[in-house]
Amino acid sequence: MSSLSRDEVAKLAALARIEMSEEELVNLASQFGSILDAVARVQELNLDGVKATSHPQPLENIFREDVVLPSLSPDQALSGAPAQEEQRFRVPQILGEAE
Amino acid sequence: MALSYDDVIAKYEPVLGLEVHVELNTESKMFCSCSTTFGGEPNTQTCPVCLALPGALPVVNAKAIESSILIGLALNCQIAPYSRFSRKNYFYPDMPKNFQISQYDEPICFDGFVDVEIQTDEGPKQFRIEIERVHMEEDTGKSLHVGGATGRIHGAEYSLLAYNRAGIPLVEIVTKIVPGTGKYAPEVAKAYVAELRDILRGLKVSDVKMEQGSLRCDANVSLRLIGSDVLGTRSETKNVNSLRSVERAIRGEMIRHAELLNEGKKVKQETRHFQEDTGLTRSGRSKEQAEDYRYFPEPDLVPVAPAATWIEELRAQLPERPSLHRKRLKEQWAVPDKEMAAMINADVLDIVEETVLLGADPTKARTWWLGEISRVANEKDIAIADLSITPKDVAEIVALVAASELTDKLARQVVEGVIAGEGTPAEVVAKRGIKVVNDDGALMAAIEKVCAEQAETAEKVRNGHVPAAGALIGAVMKETKGQADAARVRELLLGHLGQATN
Amino acid sequence: MINNTAAEMSSALAKGEITSVSLTKQHLDRIADVDNEVKAFLHVDTERALAQAASVDADRAAGKALGPLAGVPLALKDVLAQEGVPTTAGSKILQEWKPPYDSTVVAKLKAAGVVILGKTNMDEFAMGSSTENSGYGPTFNPWDLTRTPGGSSGGSAAAVSAFEAPIAIGSDTGGSIRQPAALTGIVGVRPTYGAVSRYGLIAYSSSLDQAGPFGRTVLDTAMLHEIIAGHDSKDATSLNVPAPAVVAAAKSGDVKGLKIGVIKQLQGKGYQTGVLARFNESLETLSSLGAQIVEVDCPSFEYALAAYYLIAPSECSSNLARFDAMRYGLRTGEANGASAESVMNSTREAGFGREVKRRIILGTYALSSGYYDAYYGSAQKIRTLIIEDYKKAFTQADVLVSPTSPITAFKIGEKSEDPIAMYLADVATIPVNLAGICGMSLPAGLADEDNLPVGFQIMAPAMQDQRLYNVGAALEAALVSKWGGHLISKAPALGGAK
Repeated sequence: MSSLSRDEVAKLAALARIEMSEEELVNLASQFGSILDAVARVQELNLDGVKATSHPQPLENIFREDVVLPSLSPDQALSGAPAQEEQRFRVPQILGEAE
Repeated sequence: MALSYDDVIAKYEPVLGLEVHVELNTESKMFCSCSTTFGGEPNTQTCPVCLALPGALPVVNAKAIESSILIGLALNCQIAPYSRFSRKNYFYPDMPKNFQISQYDEPICFDGFVDVEIQTDEGPKQFRIEIERVHMEEDTGKSLHVGGATGRIHGAEYSLLAYNRAGIPLVEIVTKIVPGTGKYAPEVAKAYVAELRDILRGLKVSDVKMEQGSLRCDANVSLRLIGSDVLGTRSETKNVNSLRSVERAIRGEMIRHAELLNEGKKVKQETRHFQEDTGLTRSGRSKEQAEDYRYFPEPDLVPVAPAATWIEELRAQLPERPSLHRKRLKEQWAVPDKEMAAMINADVLDIVEETVLLGADPTKARTWWLGEISRVANEKDIAIADLSITPKDVAEIVALVAASELTDKLARQVVEGVIAGEGTPAEVVAKRGIKVVNDDGALMAAIEKVCAEQAETAEKVRNGHVPAAGALIGAVMKETKGQADAARVRELLLGHLGQATN
Repeated sequence: MINNTAAEMSSALAKGEITSVSLTKQHLDRIADVDNEVKAFLHVDTERALAQAASVDADRAAGKALGPLAGVPLALKDVLAQEGVPTTAGSKILQEWKPPYDSTVVAKLKAAGVVILGKTNMDEFAMGSSTENSGYGPTFNPWDLTRTPGGSSGGSAAAVSAFEAPIAIGSDTGGSIRQPAALTGIVGVRPTYGAVSRYGLIAYSSSLDQAGPFGRTVLDTAMLHEIIAGHDSKDATSLNVPAPAVVAAAKSGDVKGLKIGVIKQLQGKGYQTGVLARFNESLETLSSLGAQIVEVDCPSFEYALAAYYLIAPSECSSNLARFDAMRYGLRTGEANGASAESVMNSTREAGFGREVKRRIILGTYALSSGYYDAYYGSAQKIRTLIIEDYKKAFTQADVLVSPTSPITAFKIGEKSEDPIAMYLADVATIPVNLAGICGMSLPAGLADEDNLPVGFQIMAPAMQDQRLYNVGAALEAALVSKWGGHLISKAPALGGAK
């Protein structure tokens, strides 16, 4: 039986930037056992030497020419913005350092 | 407690690791067709793709692939026959998708090297910097922090985001660890970044302007006791935005680490930010735990598998390596070692070469750039490249002097005028009325006037005391406001006073 | 003429027997009559639809050359961006968001003169098999309003089944077109991966998603398929090869001499009796039409569901990271002094529904360091085995078949508390997505035990979509003549609540 503790779920929720109530964390942790059991079936087979498939079609080298096309207008770009100022997206104070 | 650099290197050996980010100079962004022009109005160069609007998809810029391969080839790398893009997942407001498309375990180029030469106590010495990988990724947007005292991120009330820069193609060049540079570590690092910059400039794949951020260096530094083969804990210094800062940052970090180690403290593995004003680094926000970036292959993009024939075509296009190029110029121009080093150090080699290619004599071109023009740049505290004088201007001035239409002294006035933004040399000459007085009639009038005013001196010369002519020539030059050719004045004056002119 | 097929509407429009405006109004009236019961639409775009219809009528009057579906109304799954029209993907986090651009599918529909009636309901971000996971409430199955229409394209399927639109667009990541088509008694096709551009399709799982057509007949579905398919340089995974001639195939419909492979793993245990009965009858019908029925073995399919529920959540955990309250969409928790980070956290908490959060967390886990190889990595390898099993099977048969869904339409609320039971609804459709090939579901009759529609699934190799239509058309013709009409004509009347 697989399982995931409440704290592990909390850590994942933090990584995924989802604030979860205590109740949600506990609920999800309790459901995760059976979900993990179901998906862990992928480990039943011997997969040594099997290539991983990340793209269903065998395409390679799909590029576009380096040509500039019209951008959105700033009005369009900002049309969905929850808040804006000086033609920029206004967001709450950012913690931490820029990369 | 403050250690000197000599104290540090007497006890410790530095180990470096350098990560250089280069913004490519493609017309359009890495994954969309928005313009990459620097300095546009905020959010005028964005589209559904680089704003990460729901449903938008990336498509790779072919030119960025070509540039990356060129860079790899120029750095003696292997080009991967098959490489992929991956997603690096982390949340940050300047990154619209909240993942960066980058390359993870399959970079496009790997295993290369760059040789750099620096001056040591024992003369010029070469160091080999091994390249671990060259990979492609995309830049982030820019944030403006509002409120708070400093305009910095700390204490800001809110931030304003613009995404013109988001998605500009970046190439990251990562070295293997660089041991064995000893006390020359800062110089080697600087020479490496300078060499990279010259290589990239030669490839014409980037503007390589450190001050505009199109070339950025992160420096990893650690110390170990001399003789030890255990690596010390490293710090990663970001925000190093000039060649000089590379040197200063590394030197500073070496001293900081040594002080900690000497006190029996541990060096923290962390990101630090270089402060241009103090030359010191400041600790970044330390993260509670290492980021888990959850890399996985980017499903929206297919693998890059450059054909061997294409790679060979690109290899054939590679320009001369900067080090060879410098060697050739040194020989062609017959420049002494010291002068060559001065040009490299002052970063005027390219500009001198350009001036020479426009017809100027190499020595004259070098003298102007290294002399008068460097002096003005220093005075104004700006980079020579940012002065408004161009190689074409200098070549024109050199030609005017050669044709005796300007004297050296007048030429300096012209240089000053061009730098002051008064126009081309020809325009400055015209506007300022600068002209060599080579109209013998006008000169003779001045000579006669001076000889009359200083009859006594004139008489001495007439009697064969030629050295006395100096004062008269000076007076004539003054009379003609320095626009006369002194040699011609001398000739005419001596003739006028019945003396031989040679 | 809402009860007609799209092909019939097309011909009536071409002959001038009806205008597009009139046809569009009839459908808008039908929506007004029944959608309060079915709840297929999230947004009915009356004004734009009538304007588009009028423009097509004007073009037709001016003698301009028009495409076959010009002037025919359509329902659009809310997962596709349409400029200026609310596009939510069924999520509260995108409530009232209006894209500043058209998805390629929408651009193609507009260019073809198709009249977009509005946006249809769906499981939030296409995660679900019942449309109950919509942030805006469930859609109800027109055959039995106490049951789900399947999902995630339940709104589109229900709209077509309820005669609110003759054709519709859905998207299929693990069966989200075929399963609701099966549960509502209509035809639905998931085209080959890369055949229809994903540009502007709000991503759930990038390597599995594909938009596709719904219709009440195989031919109608083919006509829509032909309009939306084709290479798009804005989608790097789009296939640059000639689109299969699906309309021609739908018109021919001949299975004589074809080998039809029954997948051993996609029948038997867990499949409802009535579903298996109709499936086997369909096989007999195909056999009587001259097809040869063979059994094929695809052992890796046992692991398809597990692989899918790792790959799709992993990709979605990354795809949905962009919904962060910074540039568009919902923003909550912006109290004094709140940081960007805490606003992201609280917005994602408030804006995403239960299933979406569950899958994001699962995907985050599967990709996290230390677990990647065991979960995501293994799933990608299973994917390779599934592709190989299909390859082998397609050397033994021209098309492969199975029931589309192991069960008929289930009751609203029946499975919503049991994620694993819900995931099993996709057990027969998922292998197609993992392999990137194409699949169709078409009606095979009603299950005896509940009188609800059963879907028959046909699968064909990549870019052989015409085979689906060829076999589908042959089976449809035989069944329709046996039933004396399309299955959908047996659906109960709606509008009783009015």
